Amino acid sequence: MTKYIGIIDYKAGNSPSVLNALQRLNIEARLLAAPENAGDIAGIILPGVGSARATMDSLRENGWIDFLNDRVYKNGLPFLGICVGLQVLFEHSEEGGTDCLGWLKGKVKRFDDKKVRVPHIGWNGVKFSAQCTMRDAQVKDDYFYFVNSYYAVPKDGSIVWAHTDYDGAFCSAVRYKNITATQFHLEKSGEAGLAVLKEFAERALT
Amino acid sequence: MLTKRLIACFDVRGRYVTKAKQFQDNIDIEYAENMARTVYAQGIDEVIFYDILASAEKRRTDIDMVRRVAKELFIPFTVGGGVKTLSDMYEVLKAGAEKISVDSAAVRNPAIIQEGALAFGSQCVVLSMQVKRVEKTAAIRSGYEIAIDGARVFTGMDAVEWAKRGAGLGAGEICVNSIDNDGTHGGYDIEITEKVAAAVNVPVIASGGAGKPEHLTEVFTKTGASAAIISSMLYSPRLPKNYTVAEIKAELERAGVAVRPHVK
Repeated sequence: MTKYIGIIDYKAGNSPSVLNALQRLNIEARLLAAPENAGDIAGIILPGVGSARATMDSLRENGWIDFLNDRVYKNGLPFLGICVGLQVLFEHSEEGGTDCLGWLKGKVKRFDDKKVRVPHIGWNGVKFSAQCTMRDAQVKDDYFYFVNSYYAVPKDGSIVWAHTDYDGAFCSAVRYKNITATQFHLEKSGEAGLAVLKEFAERALT
Repeated sequence: MLTKRLIACFDVRGRYVTKAKQFQDNIDIEYAENMARTVYAQGIDEVIFYDILASAEKRRTDIDMVRRVAKELFIPFTVGGGVKTLSDMYEVLKAGAEKISVDSAAVRNPAIIQEGALAFGSQCVVLSMQVKRVEKTAAIRSGYEIAIDGARVFTGMDAVEWAKRGAGLGAGEICVNSIDNDGTHGGYDIEITEKVAAAVNVPVIASGGAGKPEHLTEVFTKTGASAAIISSMLYSPRLPKNYTVAEIKAELERAGVAVRPHVK
């Protein structure tokens, strides 16, 4: 069986856009409605739009939580989270007072709408941390597309892969062992986003 | 730093991007998906497609069009026209759009804003408003009234109050389209754009009147708009000169407006 990248498909998510981006890159990818269909998966993407609570509820209903805890967190399956797919990796989100996966220490907070417009929508600069950028030649500092009202505050600074300025600097990407996640939408950030998707998929598939 | 967004807006009729003059005499320009590919390659930040006949023909949005266009775009993509219910929204999002623009349908049934925001998130719902300059009255204190149905029917609603209400119901962005300036190519309506931007805390999109790059500089330096819509100046055969995205961004950079650098 050919190895492929699985994309968790849930009702309110934008998984078709992520699939479209991977197809443009000629990467073998499939939408997955439930873990039973995962089969010979080489890496998994959790796309996200909408709220942390809706995402957690949807993952639970479809039996994804055990699969993710087992295959990704315990057994090292390459994982890429996008937007809310980054936020649910932390312990808790202020959005709807939601308990999340808790793989990463820290919490998710709301931007202060007295200081900045919320949601944070648009193309913003992303600065990758030096050691990561050297390892991943395809990934460079660039502008990426964001849509978020909430942002992660990790306890452990060493997992911060990139940061971005809005209401001050916030953590816009994390990388920890087999887990990568970006607050920005890789599938909607033009060629810059496609380059990060390609880097993830190629590493997962080799 | 968050940059100002340039949004290309296209009216679609059948398979074609079309350009009207005062709502008639349409010239069909190019297949919608080809236009999408062209502006993506030029480095546009975002794209909106309106199915302009959906409402008049009392049908839903052309989903095949949405699908064909979505295949070409790896940037945010909004769809408007023919979206009246939650299930219409779902179909459009599933076909590959990120956001839905609601206009007349939201005036008739404001609950659609809230339902859409709860089901798909605020970021999916763009409230688009057609505004016309009128005499200030007790009911219309901003001096701008909301019109619907292709700007033919006036509602008696104040534009600023409607924007505040829409944001309160959960609209993630507000697009302010000036009926007076639309099609003039003489620049955006600075006054109402700023009034709305000052009244709400969600991003505001300026629309109507762009004819040359300096108009974008003006709206971004004189108002709190986060984004601006450009249309005719990119491609209309009715204008003596068209501009590329690179030319527009070069002018904005020269004026010190932060934009996403032009894609090399």
